Amino acid sequence: MNAAVSTDELTDWLRMMTLIRGFEERVKNLFSQGLVRGTTHLATGQEAVAVGASAALQPDDWVLGTYRGHHHALARGMSPASAFAEILGRSTGVCRGKGGSMHLTDVSHGVMGSYAIVGAHLPIAVGCAWSSKIQDLGRVAVCFFGDGTTTIGAFHEAVNLAAVWKLPAIFVCENNRYSEYTPIDQVSPVAHAAADRAAGYGIPGVVIDGNDVAAIRDAVDVAADRARRGAGPTIVEAETYRHGGHSRADPATYRPEQEVEHWLQRDPVAAVRRQLEATAEPGRAEQVETEASDQLDRALEEALAAPEPDLSTLTDDVYARAL
Amino acid sequence: MAQITLAKGLNQGLRAALEADPKVIVMGEDVGKLGGVFRITDGLQKDFGEDRVIDTPLAESGILGTAVGLAMRGYRPVCEIQFDGFVYPAYDQIVSQVAKIHFRSQGKIRMPIVIRIPFGGGIGAVEHHSESPEAQFAHTAGLKVVACSNPVDGFHMIQQAIASDDPIVFFEPKRQYHADKAELDESVQPAALFSSRVVREGSDATLLAYGPMVKTCVQAAQAAADEGQSLEVIDLRTLSPLDLVPVVESVRKTGRVIVTHEATVNLGLGSEIAARISEQCFYSLEAPVLRVGGFDTPYPPSRIEDDYLPDLDRVLDAVDRALAY
Ligand SMILES: Cc1ncc(C[n+]2csc(CCOP(=O)(O)OP(=O)(O)O)c2C)c(N)n1
Ligand SMILES: [Mg+2]
Repeated sequence: MNAAVSTDELTDWLRMMTLIRGFEERVKNLFSQGLVRGTTHLATGQEAVAVGASAALQPDDWVLGTYRGHHHALARGMSPASAFAEILGRSTGVCRGKGGSMHLTDVSHGVMGSYAIVGAHLPIAVGCAWSSKIQDLGRVAVCFFGDGTTTIGAFHEAVNLAAVWKLPAIFVCENNRYSEYTPIDQVSPVAHAAADRAAGYGIPGVVIDGNDVAAIRDAVDVAADRARRGAGPTIVEAETYRHGGHSRADPATYRPEQEVEHWLQRDPVAAVRRQLEATAEPGRAEQVETEASDQLDRALEEALAAPEPDLSTLTDDVYARAL
Repeated sequence: MAQITLAKGLNQGLRAALEADPKVIVMGEDVGKLGGVFRITDGLQKDFGEDRVIDTPLAESGILGTAVGLAMRGYRPVCEIQFDGFVYPAYDQIVSQVAKIHFRSQGKIRMPIVIRIPFGGGIGAVEHHSESPEAQFAHTAGLKVVACSNPVDGFHMIQQAIASDDPIVFFEPKRQYHADKAELDESVQPAALFSSRVVREGSDATLLAYGPMVKTCVQAAQAAADEGQSLEVIDLRTLSPLDLVPVVESVRKTGRVIVTHEATVNLGLGSEIAARISEQCFYSLEAPVLRVGGFDTPYPPSRIEDDYLPDLDRVLDAVDRALAY
């Protein structure tokens, strides 16, 4: 029951999807060029979840994501330049270069953090939601997490808390079928690792096509409405796929070829592009893509030109009031 | 004779332990098919089967909790934690149950569990992936804590730890996993697990280290030798209990001692060691016991980790300060 999608919406979605895809391509290059050490976890293939969910949210709602979280942050409006700078460890980064790829945080856009400890952010999201209820703010907290996260205790504690106190939280599971290198069905006894758990907590659990922006928007819209009414949380399980490995170091050879092929055919960015081409005047999609690409080039240039943090900043911000 | 890396030494040690005792099981996230994120358990599931080398769900508390139950039933679980910073969901089980059940049951229930934790920095990762939480475990009575520093120790110490009837938190310096090779001569009798060892003799000052800092200290001693300083380096190996016998002997000779670790200095292992040295070697000391460690901040991003980690210069600077007294 998709609400009709306007050409303007499709344009916005393609713009953001292209921005995220292009952002992560550039991030990957920064790592391969040795400009950033360590690793990064790309959401390539999962962009629709972040873009669809954001389309259903108000500007003052909160989102919390994971180490695989560039898409969440950008979809909520984090500036690509400060996100690049953060990943590059520059002083103009959103966390002044101290967070890096896994910890993008931007309170001004309601991005209440990206978390590298699996499960940690679910109760935290519930706390944000709780504040909304206490203060009667009508704001919702959306928590993005992976299928593997449903096997850690914090997931269950968080869902139970939100359910029993009817808090305005939305649990959005990006089910990409793998918990690192392990297929989810080997470590989870139910078919839908997140949504099937909802019944146990007496809340709605829905399974949707995670590569369909409109489907995600609609599901989150329903969940947000329920949350704002004070009826409590929802689990939305978005079935999707990461095109690449778990992290930069992972060639993902453990996945069957046909499975990878099947999902590559269902690329969410290409899908939005096709939809837009079907309704917009010729050339609109190309124009959006060129603009996004130019925006990213400028942002990256800006970030690369930014100064590195001085070593003296290492001891800054350990405490609110320095020792 | 085989030249092996630390990763290989641990792998072969685990293999030997699995062969020696059918009650040994290896469990953790991605330890089976993949062979672990650092490939320490590579090939073990293939050779010992899915009942003995187990891919668990992502659930550290569950891993340690079930290990407790298995240990109660006579198994010897070896639990892998993927990275240092991921151990905390299991911290409750480790501190509240693993450490206390033997005492609580008046010795009727043993906890022969080994908790393997890759620790330390230097691999370009960030917080949670580069930390050194050993003091947090060493502070807990009921746990034993060791740290290996080289391939040969990795091979022997992991087997000795698995054979131990007490729970052991086993720290592995992750940046050393694939760094250096050493010759493994299995005919050489290994040192006892809970023993420290002099790895380089010297007479001017003593450097104490464990895990990744052993290499740094040996390099520092080499550099100092060029300047005419003779530094003794001791690999502590066991962090709880501490074996200070070689340390005390060394300090009586040198009168100067520097304790090093990557962990933050504040209330790190160095604090306890410094206190004990001052108690046991007070009249031999020519200088206060100095500590070199990480700064008292969360682990920094990779861009500045080289400045954060204690290196040759910081160690040698401390040596100079000790010698200046
Ligand atoms: C407490 C904890 N244990 C282990 C890890 C290592 N780890 C990082 S991601 C991951 C798998 C998570 O899978 P999933 O929740 O499906 O998210 P995805 O990576 O697929 O987005 C694991 C085991 C961690 N970060 N935190
Ligand atoms: Mg997953």
